[in-house]
This record gives sequence, structure tokens and C-alpha cells, in this order.
Amino acid sequence: MPSCPVPISEYERVLLAHGGGGKLSARLFEKMIRPCLSNPWLDLSHDGAMIRLEGRRIAFSTDSYVIQPIIFPGGNIGELAVNGTVNDLACCGARPMYISLGLILEEGLEMEVLWKIICSVREAADRAGVKVVTGDTKVVDRGKADRIFINTSGIGIIGEETEVSPASCRPGDKILLSGKIAEHGIAIMSTRTGLEFDSPIVSDTAPLNHMVEKIMASGAGIRVMRDPTRGGVASALNEISRSCGYRFIIREKDIPVAGAVQGACEILGLDPLYIANEGKLLLIVDPGDEQKVLKIIRADPLGKEAACIGEVLDSRDKLVEMETVIGSTRIVDMISGEQLPRIC
Amino acid sequence: MTHHNTLPLKYIDEYRDARLVKELAGKIQRETRHPWTIMEICGGQTHSILKFRLEDLLPPEITLIHGPGCPVCVTPTEKIDRAIDLAGRHGVILASFGDMLRVPGSETDLLSAKAAGGDVRMVYSPLDVLKIAGDNPTRQVVFFGVGFETTAPANALAVIEARNRGLKNFFLLSSHVLVPPAIRTLLNEGGGRIHAFLAAGHVCTVMGYEEYIPIAATYRTPIVVTGFEPVDILQGILHAVRLLAKKEYRVHNAYARAVKKEGNPAAKALIREIFQVTDREWRGMGTIPMSGLELSPAWAEFDAEKAFEFRVKKKHGAGKCLAGEVLQGKILPAQCAEFGKTCTPEHPLGAPMVSSEGTCAAYFRYGKYQNNRS
Repeated sequence: MPSCPVPISEYERVLLAHGGGGKLSARLFEKMIRPCLSNPWLDLSHDGAMIRLEGRRIAFSTDSYVIQPIIFPGGNIGELAVNGTVNDLACCGARPMYISLGLILEEGLEMEVLWKIICSVREAADRAGVKVVTGDTKVVDRGKADRIFINTSGIGIIGEETEVSPASCRPGDKILLSGKIAEHGIAIMSTRTGLEFDSPIVSDTAPLNHMVEKIMASGAGIRVMRDPTRGGVASALNEISRSCGYRFIIREKDIPVAGAVQGACEILGLDPLYIANEGKLLLIVDPGDEQKVLKIIRADPLGKEAACIGEVLDSRDKLVEMETVIGSTRIVDMISGEQLPRIC
Repeated sequence: MTHHNTLPLKYIDEYRDARLVKELAGKIQRETRHPWTIMEICGGQTHSILKFRLEDLLPPEITLIHGPGCPVCVTPTEKIDRAIDLAGRHGVILASFGDMLRVPGSETDLLSAKAAGGDVRMVYSPLDVLKIAGDNPTRQVVFFGVGFETTAPANALAVIEARNRGLKNFFLLSSHVLVPPAIRTLLNEGGGRIHAFLAAGHVCTVMGYEEYIPIAATYRTPIVVTGFEPVDILQGILHAVRLLAKKEYRVHNAYARAVKKEGNPAAKALIREIFQVTDREWRGMGTIPMSGLELSPAWAEFDAEKAFEFRVKKKHGAGKCLAGEVLQGKILPAQCAEFGKTCTPEHPLGAPMVSSEGTCAAYFRYGKYQNNRS
């Protein structure tokens, strides 16, 4: 066995932050997983792999769900697990087709709860138009898991002409966002902290594939799509900026945030830019197609509040900067630790 | 950001108003005729300054230096080592606020202690810890409570409530510190390098500002009670500049929407009932006389310092970390050779790189260091 490439002196054991979607997660991947398992598809470190099978272009993606609580305002772990994988496939420019369902159950989980989750899986799959075609169930001793963990993997078909990749970004491209941010993370957080609001904040978990299909069908120049989950919009933009090499600028005043979410963030000391979304699409598009794409997104029930939030700059320094509400400009860095643990 | 279909956030949006910010910055530009060094005490203010890049709006004559107002940052290593010691014990649950869990002690941090098997829990309120204690009667539940005068009332309340509920397994490992003695120390040792202070608005919400009046007079240093939003901070700076120009060495309350001269009497009474003032070591600053709070004898049964024997030895020296200099505003983070190199938020050498109120974390996160490098 080759020696462990992550300097042991740094962390002797895995910390929660290694799974937080921030810099420690990235380092784990870069230092341990990628070098050991390296291949051209994995090395792209996209949310899903784009592969060619017998001449057909396929997207393949997997994700595990360990959210706590398993039933939360606006959804539960079952639909989250379906939507998450559907969205990863959609962001590859694929039409999601088939998914798998791996259940890890803790001894003692109430059958009623399990049934509710399975029904949600079915409803979410129907909504997204995908089939759950294979699965697996394991049960572990009480205390060895937290009620239920779910893994879903999925495949989808990519059109021959589809070309979405950060490498295609150009200065002047527009950065679009399909709606209000940070709702999933704050919905989870408010259940944990006991925060209550006049109108409850609910998770935005939803399948984005129908919206993506309409965008792709329009022939608009789409450079990249991401669903900004863990680490939020800030981390997703940093990842894309690093892949394509350009500097991005976003404008704080144009980023849609619900008042209650902003208020909760102020109380909890959180930045909505780093909070998870589970039903939002972040896109970089050809500037000539900005209005066309915005119109398509806004016509979709999930995209009414879509906005252009910034653009790609002609500077190759891989930074994301933001014009603040008071008109100053600052760097928006990738998140380092976890802001909130186990939100997906 | 845009708040769709909702009213503006009261007390937030109007204090991030671009027009007001411009107006205030213009006034500061016009009225500053002398080089002044102003220290904001509170780490929350430091973060606002960096987050909104307020220094870009100020004339070159004004230098902002950042003070020690980050409770996590000034908690001495030995105290953290004690918390880690407790966290590793069978039968103990150690609870604290998120930031505290990541601050390095002399060898490791609480999150690593958790990964190694310790029962360490992140909480949002000391009252959550009482619930943990109630739910786990066979375990000893220790709340590692740090903070300035702002968090002391809530911790005091938790101790009172623990007695009301008859909890015998709840303990407070306290490292409370007080702002005015730290200001005196900075002024005693500063040799005139700090011309005015922006006092921490939230601390004054609890304590009022009567204690600051003699400090301003004795040290001939204006103190402006200041809030946390961009408009608040610029207002604080403007008032400081005006007081300095007029040589008026007094306290001005620029955060009147939250702060009264006498503070919050109920909160102050709670602090007085539960705590007594004691000498306290500040990380990087040494021991400051009468600058901390500890549980008073009547509440000693809840004092973790008394309930447990500790196995940690006092260690000296913070290695290569210059947190002490940063906390006293003697250097900026970028002047530390380790900043952004061996010391990052993922791998902090010192607390100011960890805390959401830490100066180094603010410089790292908001990219100020990039400018200093170029």
C-alpha cells in the first residue's frame, strides 16, 4: 500500500469538516481520492461524470444523503436523495433516466417513517420522470447510523451537440441564478436551533431537469450549470472560476434572498452565499443569450425569481469578487470548514 | 441582497444604505485634517470593516487597527487544554459554541478531540446545555462558556436555571472577560499609538458606557460607542474624528438605538448575582488584573474549575503565532510570516484565524491580504 499522501501531521482523523463541501473536502479529494483513483473523468471533479458508452454519451453521478433531521420543513431525505442525483445529472446537460436507491437503515427505525420516505422517493421520481431501477437495503445495529442514510446513483443521456464545461467560459459571459438562495440550509438550521418565523422557511428541494431541458432545447449558449448545494453559491462559483481560470464578479444587490432567510442568517451569523440550496440552478451563459435564458427560467414554476447576478471578467486570476450593497468590492472565497453539518 | 416580496430588514438594510455610506465617507474625508489611529474593539466590527471594505472609503490619514474583542481569540491556551482534557473523559459531555471547537489548544483542538471519541457538542445557547444535562443524568455535562459582557447574562441565567431544575451534573467552564480593563492595558502599554476607540456596541448594550467615561478622560482618548453595520461604523469614525479635532476626550454614544448610558440593569444584576470579578489571563496579552468573571462562591457547585481535577500543565509560548500582537493591534495579519501560508482557516496556528470575530480570519476571508501582497 502506498503511503498516505495527506500529511498526517495535519489531521490524524477525519473531521466533520472533511465532508462539509469546503476546502477540507476539496483537499481530501485532491490529495487522497483523485491521485489514487485518477482517470480523465474523475479528474474533472464535476458533480457527475460524462462518459461515452458504445457510442452514446452518458452522464453518471452518485450522492449519499445523511441529513439530520430526516424529515424537515419542505421535504424529507427520500425526495432529497432523488432530486440531488437528478440535479447533478441535469447539470451535466443530461436527461436523467434511471437511478438506484441504496438504503442504510438503523435498527429501530419506525416502519411508518420508512414508508413515508419510500413514498416520497416514488413521488420525486415521478415528478422528475426517472425510474428507480435497482437498489439495496442494509440494516445496522442501533446507534451505528442515524435512522436512515440513502445513496442514489443515476445515469442520463447527453445530446451529441451538448457541450457544457467550465473550459468554455469566456469574458463577458453572464452568471445567472434561478431563484432565492440559502433556503434549504436555513430550513434545516432553523429546525435545529428552534428558530421560528412568521412564515416558515422551507427547503427548496426540487428537480431541475425539466427546466434544464427547456434551456438546452432553446439552443442557447450554456457554458456551465451547477446546482449550488453544500458550500452554496460562493463555493460553486469558486469551483467554476478555478476550473475555467477567469475572475468572476457578482453583485450583492442582485442576488435574490428571502427576507426571512436573510434575517435568520443575521441572527445565526451565517452568510447566505455559503448556505446550501437543493433546487436552484446556477448558470454561466453566452451574453447574447442572457435574456432568452432568463425568460425560459422565469416561465418555469421553479424559476420565477431568476436573476442575472454577475459576469465573467477578462482577468485570469481565478477569483470571485463581489460588489457589496454599499458599492465596495471584496473577495468571496471558498468556504473553509463546514458552516452547518449534515444538511444533505 | 434583494429581499423579494418582503419588507426591508429593519435595522439592517437602512444601515447598509449606499447613499448614506457615501455621505458619511464624504464627511470623514472633508473633516479629517490630521493622521489618526482608531481602534475598533470588537471583532464583529472588524469583520464588517473587512466585509464591506470600509477602509477603501476612508482618507489615508485614518488608520484603523483592530482590537482584542474576539472572545474565542483571547481565551488562554490553558483553558482550551482544560476543555480538551474534559472532553476526552469517559462520562463527560463537553458543549460549546461552534468557533470554540476549532481553536487550537497547545496540542490539538476540540473537534479533533471529538473525532478521537470525545463527546463534544456544538450548541447555540447555554440553555441547550441544560437540556443535554437533563437528558443525560448519568453524565457530567460541561458548558465551555467564553465571551465578553455580552454572553455573561445568558450563562448566568443557565446557572440559575440549573439550580432551579435541581441539576447536579451541569458545570460551567467559564472564561469570561471584560472590555474596560483591556482598554486600559492597551492604553497603558500603547505609548500614545491609539488616538480613539470605537467601543463595542453589544457590550455597551448590556453594560452601558459609564465605565468608559473615566477612561476617556484619564487617557485623553475619545471613545465612541459604535454599532456593527457599515453606516454605524462610519458614523463611529466620523464622531471619533470630530472629538479628536475638538480635543474632546469623552464618550459619545453613536449606537443610541441599542445602548443606554446605564446599560441593561436586569442583565447587569444577573452578572453581579452569579459572577465575581477576578484576574484573568488573555491569550497573547498576559494576565490583566480584574479583567475576568468567575462564578462567585454561592454558585461554586457549578464551577467546572472546582468540580474537576485537571491533568493539563501550563505550557509557554505560542510558537510561531503572533496572535498577541494582532490582538493588541500592533501588527496587521499580513505582517505575520505564517499568515495565509502555514496558518489558514483550515489549519489555524492561532485563534484569530479561526473565529468568526478573529482579525486574521477576516483578512483571510475577505481577501484584504491580496491587496497587501500586490
